[in-house]
Amino acid sequence: MIMGSDRPGPAQSHDHREIMEYGEDALLVELADVAAVMALRASLEQRPLHGVEEVVPAARTLLLRLRPGAEKKRIAVEVQARELTAYDAPGGVVVEIPVTYDGADLDEVARLTGLTTKGIVDAHTGAELTVAFCGFAPGFGYLVGLPDALQVPRRSEPRTKVPAGSVGLAAEFTGVYPRESPGGWQLIGRTDVVLWEAERDPPALLRPGARVRFRPT
Amino acid sequence: MIEILAPGPLATVQDLGRPGHAALGVGRSGAADVGSHRLANRLVGNADRAATIEATFGGLWLRAGTDLLVAVTGAPAPVFLESVEYGGNAPLRLPAGTELRLGTPKTGLRSYLAVRGGIGCEPVLGSRSTDLLSGLGPPRLRPGDTVALGTDVETDPVVDVAPVAGQPAEPVLRIAPGPRLDWFRPDAWTTLLASAYTVSPDGNRIGVRLIGPALDRAVRHELPSEPIVPGAIQVPAGGQPLVFLADHPVTGGYPVIGVVARADLGAAAQLRPGQHVRFRPS
Repeated sequence: MIMGSDRPGPAQSHDHREIMEYGEDALLVELADVAAVMALRASLEQRPLHGVEEVVPAARTLLLRLRPGAEKKRIAVEVQARELTAYDAPGGVVVEIPVTYDGADLDEVARLTGLTTKGIVDAHTGAELTVAFCGFAPGFGYLVGLPDALQVPRRSEPRTKVPAGSVGLAAEFTGVYPRESPGGWQLIGRTDVVLWEAERDPPALLRPGARVRFRPT
Repeated sequence: MIEILAPGPLATVQDLGRPGHAALGVGRSGAADVGSHRLANRLVGNADRAATIEATFGGLWLRAGTDLLVAVTGAPAPVFLESVEYGGNAPLRLPAGTELRLGTPKTGLRSYLAVRGGIGCEPVLGSRSTDLLSGLGPPRLRPGDTVALGTDVETDPVVDVAPVAGQPAEPVLRIAPGPRLDWFRPDAWTTLLASAYTVSPDGNRIGVRLIGPALDRAVRHELPSEPIVPGAIQVPAGGQPLVFLADHPVTGGYPVIGVVARADLGAAAQLRPGQHVRFRPS
């Protein structure tokens, strides 16, 4: 550990910020929750830190990949000192994703949430969502901003094949599978929107910080 | 042009990878043993960024479509031009129509074949590397494939043969404590440093699985997925460590106990199934 004193664990104060060594070329910043990760990511995008080559956000942590010879101590101090205001998605374009709500887990999600199918669709399309981070596959964005009523655990048995364009739910996240892959999210619908196209610039439709709204077809 | 007659167990095109896209869910990929990739390029006068062929456990067999200058580095596979055996780590002229075949390396796992000009397939996000995890880049090489040549030449080849230290029978990798060392029981770090681990047969470009004394966790709750770096030693639920290589996922859900030193990542990529490996503090 470079700085910070809290032990890792689920119960942490809201401004928890611990900075850990991660090999010769990186630091790992642990934060209280995904909102804090989003706020720090946005802050580092707006005002980049000298010596930081790449910022990779995840669910509770954020990786700083450093340039050779970067001063880790100084970077850690600057990250600790960075004022984090609640993440405010930049204005401008909201990515609209049309969805046909006929997913294989709709009944299970209805059972878990007590909502009707229409209730699920209304809750999912009514939320303004933000891409917190990407991972799992190129272009797979973890979207946050779901109402609590729509938060369900992932499936106990992951599927070996989830079709491309499937729209799923898992805990605080919702997202769209960019291509066919294994997956354990609860599937509520599908979209024809192409999330990843290597020849497109940028290739990913959803990038960290992007705002998203689902629309029923 | 090069015609692939047989790829061996696995042959892919690799360069220095596609750094800078992890936030979109895209890993770096690239040559698993970057030092050997660079050396192969230098021997034929290429720029470091030129793409080479990474041949896993020899077996690569190809025919030159034009006069070529090639070099083989990394795992020391015997290099047969027609049926004459040559050594690696030296430039070799391959006249049009002749065949080159790699035998099975006596040590190590991955050999690199550089061709003057580099492999010229279409780059994806600035790289010609095959990422076996994400599926980006060219597909793995198949019999009958023809491979175009590039123009990534930097100098005239000037080195006749490069001295390269052999790989020890039981490599020792230098490691630093990882970000989640405190998720493990206090004796886990000393266990990792004191034990010989056996390389499991199910490793690949994503990572090397190791078999040996279990590294027990002190913190039992689930770790929210966090970013991975090359060389990260992740410990899944069973306690058996896994060293991530070039095609590692962008994030992982198990704690990282240590990180292999940058200078030893090439040695980690050359570990063979069944071989023993040890760790020491960097």
